[in-house]
Amino acid sequence: MAKVLLLADHNGDSLNVSTTRALRCAAALGEVDVAVFGSGAGKAAEAAAALQGANRVLHVDRPENASPLAALIAPQLAALAADYDVLLAPSSTFGKDVLPRAAALLGAPQISDIMEIVDERTFKRPIYAGNVITTVRVPAECKIVATVRIASFTAVEAAATPAPVETIATDASLPDHTQWISLQASGGDRPDLQSATRVVAGGRGLGSEESFAMIFQLADSLGAAVGASRAAVDAGYVPNDMQVGQTGKIIAPDLYIAIGISGAIQHMTGIKDAGVIVAINKDGDAPIFEAADIGLVGDLFQIVPEFEKALGSG
Amino acid sequence: MKVLVGIKRVIDYNVRVQINREGTDVIKEGVKMSINPFDEIAVEAALRMKEAGQATEVVVVSIGPGAAQQQLRTALAMGADRATLLETDDEVQPLAAARALMNLVEKEQPGLVLLGKQAIDDDANQVGQMMAALWDKPQATFVSGLELDGGRIRAVREVDAGLETVEITLPAVVTVDLRLNEPRFVKMPDIMKAKRKPLETIAFSELGIEMPPRLESLGCEPPPSRSGGVKVDSVDALVATLKDKGVL
Repeated sequence: MAKVLLLADHNGDSLNVSTTRALRCAAALGEVDVAVFGSGAGKAAEAAAALQGANRVLHVDRPENASPLAALIAPQLAALAADYDVLLAPSSTFGKDVLPRAAALLGAPQISDIMEIVDERTFKRPIYAGNVITTVRVPAECKIVATVRIASFTAVEAAATPAPVETIATDASLPDHTQWISLQASGGDRPDLQSATRVVAGGRGLGSEESFAMIFQLADSLGAAVGASRAAVDAGYVPNDMQVGQTGKIIAPDLYIAIGISGAIQHMTGIKDAGVIVAINKDGDAPIFEAADIGLVGDLFQIVPEFEKALGSG
Repeated sequence: MKVLVGIKRVIDYNVRVQINREGTDVIKEGVKMSINPFDEIAVEAALRMKEAGQATEVVVVSIGPGAAQQQLRTALAMGADRATLLETDDEVQPLAAARALMNLVEKEQPGLVLLGKQAIDDDANQVGQMMAALWDKPQATFVSGLELDGGRIRAVREVDAGLETVEITLPAVVTVDLRLNEPRFVKMPDIMKAKRKPLETIAFSELGIEMPPRLESLGCEPPPSRSGGVKVDSVDALVATLKDKGVL
């Protein structure tokens, strides 16, 4: 059985959902050890140990690992990965930042965004913004290094009994040329866009930052996260980390409600794996309706408040 | 400070790519080619540094076929000082590209390497991180804000959780995201001027880099398509359909 090392994306206290999804892919490839780099990140390590498919959790605990810096984590990860056949990371911005740096140190080619396992060395991945799917094979005798496309795998369940957590030390000397300064998070108390089961997103059709408040209200009555099209972000209605699509977040909620979004191909790339897509748009010919499971043509300024009311009474 | 910018020749952003009949690759013949949009933003960032007196020279480099000279000429017309093409007709995968670019870094000794965060053809998002590893220098990826201060860069990164700020020392590798800037349009007189700027071609095979293992491509296929569903004519019908589907 192949030995698999999975890099965990976490915030010290809890795991990012990208980790629990990537674990689904990792467990299909072999026996998985989860690497948690942190400083006193015992809670995140325990969260990883509680997941089905985790054989062992390696908590690499040192003060320098307090911030998610690729230049510091990659050399430790590469050293740790020496004994493994497969090294995986979720395709979160953290995984995408760290893994190629580790791959280069290992002298191994990397597969980005595994979306399907064909066999133990062969994988499907999207190219051209998801408009083409290519199948690639890792040559024999070569370590498999890959990121896992988050939207293509479901989160693993909780394990019956937790896996052991081992706190380990690496003696790799770490550079001091990179300093983490700050994180300006957005979103507040709403569910995280990347992991939410329901997402309400607004586009240029909203017309202004003020009107976008309707989207937040509807989202709150559904317990949903809020997303936006690139057009809405570029117009300044909402910050960029809410952008869904090719250059934003690729998401796979159970329910996606697109309001005033025309459905440019770059946007559709971001929601292809959603369960049910609802489109509300005044233009009945908008491309979003070609992919939507349920379409409602009409004035969003009338429909959205009515929808919210119907939810409240239902 | 010298800035080295990597640019890739890719199928233009607006072209709807098509898979060839054999299902081995996408059709690249007779299709409009351009500078990878993220790399164009990297060129613009370098030019702004030069205009602000922070950079002394902007060198652009590409790996690809002879025709990639067109994209290098475009970057020269934007304002880059000179260009180098590492010429090959073969597909160069990220790790090999990173090693080839490092070969040039050793020769040029730039203070900063700027790249797009990813190319829009293979969507790999690897070369910058790999270069930084091989160079043993800091990296800042997904950068949408860049402030140069002496020997340091303060970079704002677009990460899943929001905007992260890091500070790195130079030399470094920075890969840029969409919102860093809007690249300038090229003017006709600049295109004429660019023809006289130096463009060096080096055969990729003559770099003598050690070629890493290659991922083998077994073919291409279109993505599974979503077909449109039903249209409803009222909010009540919408709510009812959502309940039917079990998502409300």
